[in-house]
Amino acid sequence: MEKIYGRTKTIQEDKVSGFCPGCMHSTVIKLIGEVLEEMDLVDKAACVLGIGCCGLHMDYIAYDNTTAPHGRACAVATGMKRTSPDSLVFTYQGDGDFASIGLAESISAANRGENITVIFINNGIYGMTGGQMAPTTLVGMKATTAPKGRDPKEHGYPMHMCEILNQLTAPAYLVRTSCNNPANVNKTKQAIHKAFQNQLDGKGFSMVEIVTSCPTNWGLDPMKSLDYIEEKMLPEFPLGVIRDR
Amino acid sequence: MARVFMKGCEAIAEAAVRAGCRFFAGYPITPQNEIPEYFSRRLPEVGGVFVQGESEVASVNMVYGAASAGTRSMTSSSSPGIALKSEGISYCAAARIPMVYANISRGGPGVGSIQPAQMDYFQATKASGNGGFQMLVFAPSTVQEAVDMTYKAFDYADRDRNPVLILADGVIGTMMEPVVLPEMKSDEEVAAIKASKQGWACVGHQLDYANRSWIQPGQWSTLKMQEANEDAAALYESWKKDVQVEEYQVADAEIVLTAYGISARICKSAVDLLRAQGIKAGLIRPITVHPFPYESYDHIDYNKCKAVLDVEMSIPAQFVTDVAVGVKDRCPIETCLCSGGNIMSRDKVIAAAKKIMEGK
Amino acid sequence: MAKVQIVAERCKSCGYCIKFCPKQVLAIGDKVNSKGYEYVVPVHPDDCIGCAICGRMCPDGAIEVFK
Repeated sequence: MEKIYGRTKTIQEDKVSGFCPGCMHSTVIKLIGEVLEEMDLVDKAACVLGIGCCGLHMDYIAYDNTTAPHGRACAVATGMKRTSPDSLVFTYQGDGDFASIGLAESISAANRGENITVIFINNGIYGMTGGQMAPTTLVGMKATTAPKGRDPKEHGYPMHMCEILNQLTAPAYLVRTSCNNPANVNKTKQAIHKAFQNQLDGKGFSMVEIVTSCPTNWGLDPMKSLDYIEEKMLPEFPLGVIRDR
Repeated sequence: MARVFMKGCEAIAEAAVRAGCRFFAGYPITPQNEIPEYFSRRLPEVGGVFVQGESEVASVNMVYGAASAGTRSMTSSSSPGIALKSEGISYCAAARIPMVYANISRGGPGVGSIQPAQMDYFQATKASGNGGFQMLVFAPSTVQEAVDMTYKAFDYADRDRNPVLILADGVIGTMMEPVVLPEMKSDEEVAAIKASKQGWACVGHQLDYANRSWIQPGQWSTLKMQEANEDAAALYESWKKDVQVEEYQVADAEIVLTAYGISARICKSAVDLLRAQGIKAGLIRPITVHPFPYESYDHIDYNKCKAVLDVEMSIPAQFVTDVAVGVKDRCPIETCLCSGGNIMSRDKVIAAAKKIMEGK
Repeated sequence: MAKVQIVAERCKSCGYCIKFCPKQVLAIGDKVNSKGYEYVVPVHPDDCIGCAICGRMCPDGAIEVFK
């Protein structure tokens, strides 16, 4: 018999990730690794990790990476890609990183049409720090800094980064996917593939927003968090290609 | 080599280009705007990249990225902008990424004043960001020195894999002086410098966990973090050999002026005038303000010296705290200060020195 | 003829593989790995059709599929 599916070589064999059970950070980094292998780009990969749970990847991925200051991944990636155009430069950022503290860096890199790829993990909460409210936290969703749930009168509404960036002229590809079922996992992988291909083709800024779970800070077991994605997250963050040029 | 007449900011930028700097990112702030402006037209001529960042924070992080990819890179700003850059500087120091930056400093905390001052001494020498990291900090007193220091700063940064700071002020940045520019590094030399960093640069490597580039501005393991801090501490300790200082007429001095940067230049002419008037004055001018040349203050003859006069464009005085460590209570330390963008005058320094001499 | 194999040490017992297996091949086992997770085991291995959906859903790269 032939092995038809196994762990990507870009993930360390002897190290198990520190992510919680059911956390889709692991799913996404696995997909990135599979795409890198399939596109034969592992030796060109230069990954800029955001702060927070994203940073846990640094120990497990077997390709080049650094960690940007909180929110600055797009700025770091800009400097990298501009001076090392043959590298495949991508950021890997959470919602607090990309959409809150790094909003200026994110929007400005998109607006300049930097030829980088952004993998944006949207799970509606701050994971590493323990469940604080994110710009993407759903209305009514509880957070440790919004104990009664997000109240629009006080906290405003969830931010839709794909749609916000879609107001800009420069970005090439903006897509929102999820990892909550096999079909969506496949679509996420295809989106990452396309976003990397765009960079090879010099098309400019591509972002894959991936709606994922945070079972621990949502207070749900992994199975129920799949339902939560389907029932609560996806109505607020509809999946699909927002921009493809 | 031909002398050219150049503004300090532009001369710093040209020196950086000649040293092989091929990436600059910055954000407008007075009085250093001529640095990004100069780079924006000069770098494309030599195959380099200029990016106007959306902020100081973004700019320094672009430099972090470019330098992580192995390119000699620089940023610059002025006081409050430097404060914003402290995040990225700290990351570069933590990750041991070589980069150079210049502070064309101005007066006061907050937005301060846009005119020249030396209000950033503590920030520059003690804590340019979180985490207790240190840097070589050079304080030019002429445009020529600013050029030479910037040129060499890239070598120091690469040698140590650490940030290097050029601590100038609005006078150095905005005045024009004749300068001799250093030799332009050839494209081959610049490429060789970049190539020499490809082993650790974050640019893509063959799949191999052990040999991948892993640029770490922090550690999960407390033991590894301590190890990284110990490595850095050993580096800082090694800088004793890099201390630079100018001692002028110190041996027989009855009063020793001490100052850095533009204040020191003013002091030097005050020393000459005081001597012409029969007052034996001397000058100690730290050229590196970090590491600080404490030993120079041992060269004062405290049997003769009535006082050390600390001259700085900072209120409250900051530089004086390092001077005091050097003087070790062997004589009184007086101060002659101005701030807020008011430039030190030679007459004021002379008057302060005379007052001390007459009063004792 | 297909076979699914769980790398016990990598499994965190999230159950995604179980939920999406079209043939109910997998279930949470009664043994724990060194991290304390009751890792997944193939309870009906002969029913495996080698679709690898389990592997794709597994966040932790704990599943190998052979065909």
